[in-house]
Amino acid sequence: MTILSFTILIGLGSFVAGFLGALTGLGGGVVIVPLLALVFHVDIRYAIGASLISVIATSSGAAAAFVREGYSNIRVGMFLEIATTIGAIVGAMIATYVTTSTIGIVFGLVLLYSAFLSSRPQPNVPVDASPDRFATALKLNGTYPVGNELRPYTVHRIPLGFSLMFGAGTLSGLLGIGSGALKVIAMDQAMRIPFKVSTTTSNFMIGVTAAASAGIYLSRGYVDPGIAMPVMLGVLAGSLMGARVLVRARTKWLRLVFSVVIVVLGLEMIYNGFTGKL
Amino acid sequence: MTHPALDDRRIEIIIGNLLRAGVLLAASVVLLGAAVYLVRHGLQPADFRTFRGEAAALRTVPSIVIGATHLHGKSIIQLGLLLLIATPIARVAFSVIGFADERDYLYVALTLVVLGVLLYSLLGSGVA
Repeated sequence: MTILSFTILIGLGSFVAGFLGALTGLGGGVVIVPLLALVFHVDIRYAIGASLISVIATSSGAAAAFVREGYSNIRVGMFLEIATTIGAIVGAMIATYVTTSTIGIVFGLVLLYSAFLSSRPQPNVPVDASPDRFATALKLNGTYPVGNELRPYTVHRIPLGFSLMFGAGTLSGLLGIGSGALKVIAMDQAMRIPFKVSTTTSNFMIGVTAAASAGIYLSRGYVDPGIAMPVMLGVLAGSLMGARVLVRARTKWLRLVFSVVIVVLGLEMIYNGFTGKL
Repeated sequence: MTHPALDDRRIEIIIGNLLRAGVLLAASVVLLGAAVYLVRHGLQPADFRTFRGEAAALRTVPSIVIGATHLHGKSIIQLGLLLLIATPIARVAFSVIGFADERDYLYVALTLVVLGVLLYSLLGSGVA
């Protein structure tokens, strides 16, 4: 295969991944690494480097649209970014010490877990209005629009949320993914932040988290311009287009199909990891 | 002053636009590099199966900039990727100014910690 046709194929694959990721809300980054490693037989270290770059592009590209809606909480985001960025550096360091097979197996498990999470119905976490001393001191409480009014919410269990965020950052740095799903769980389930605020704030944090490990990957020579270029441009174009048609699309079936794809990729990553093919 | 010049909402909107501008700039530079790279190397065989690690010229900021000024396609792409990595870092740096303007010194300090971690990662890894 020539470099030209390889570039076009990877660009198209990344476009579809970004498009479906935005439509289903599952993020395109999570399928980029298995797509490159299993379908295009790219070395998993190059795949992770390229994926990390694409994660920064989609997070930053979508931020302007999310900000206008007025849901994201910049104080919560900034405070928790202390945990995610330190976690991301730790993850990127672990990545140099473990074998590519281990990374493949961990990646497969994370894929299966993401599919499991998306298949569950949205748990309805009750709004807990009792004040939290720590949250008040850190000025984390905020308001979010419901209809025409601004509804206040309080933030809870900050040490637990902070620890989960460290874990999300570590996975992001180790696997080159945004770990948006885990970030949302930390905010929505643990810290009792409204779901819409959690998802938009998580998107805001993903780019900063990925930037913390991207420099380490680049300096180690894991970012190949020939691979990162079509992946970044493809995922970015796909996710921007996906966000546009999101309003009109019926996403229930798409989510199901995409979840099945994620399960298959996850099992294949684990199998290839155990058989040493990665 | 009872009303700071920048409230949370305005800071967020400026930050959102800053991020979008950064991504568009980075994507344009990557596209330009892609054109040069594909015109020169497009018909060569592709081999990304084996991991060799990138050449030293594509690993650090100074050498990438030098390569880009010599119009090397791969260096121009890498420069675009560096601009992309710099975009969220610029966002954090701008947030420091925003919180300082609000006289929210607790968050000036917390944001400086995040900025410090990001810079530690960049400088410690030897990219910059």
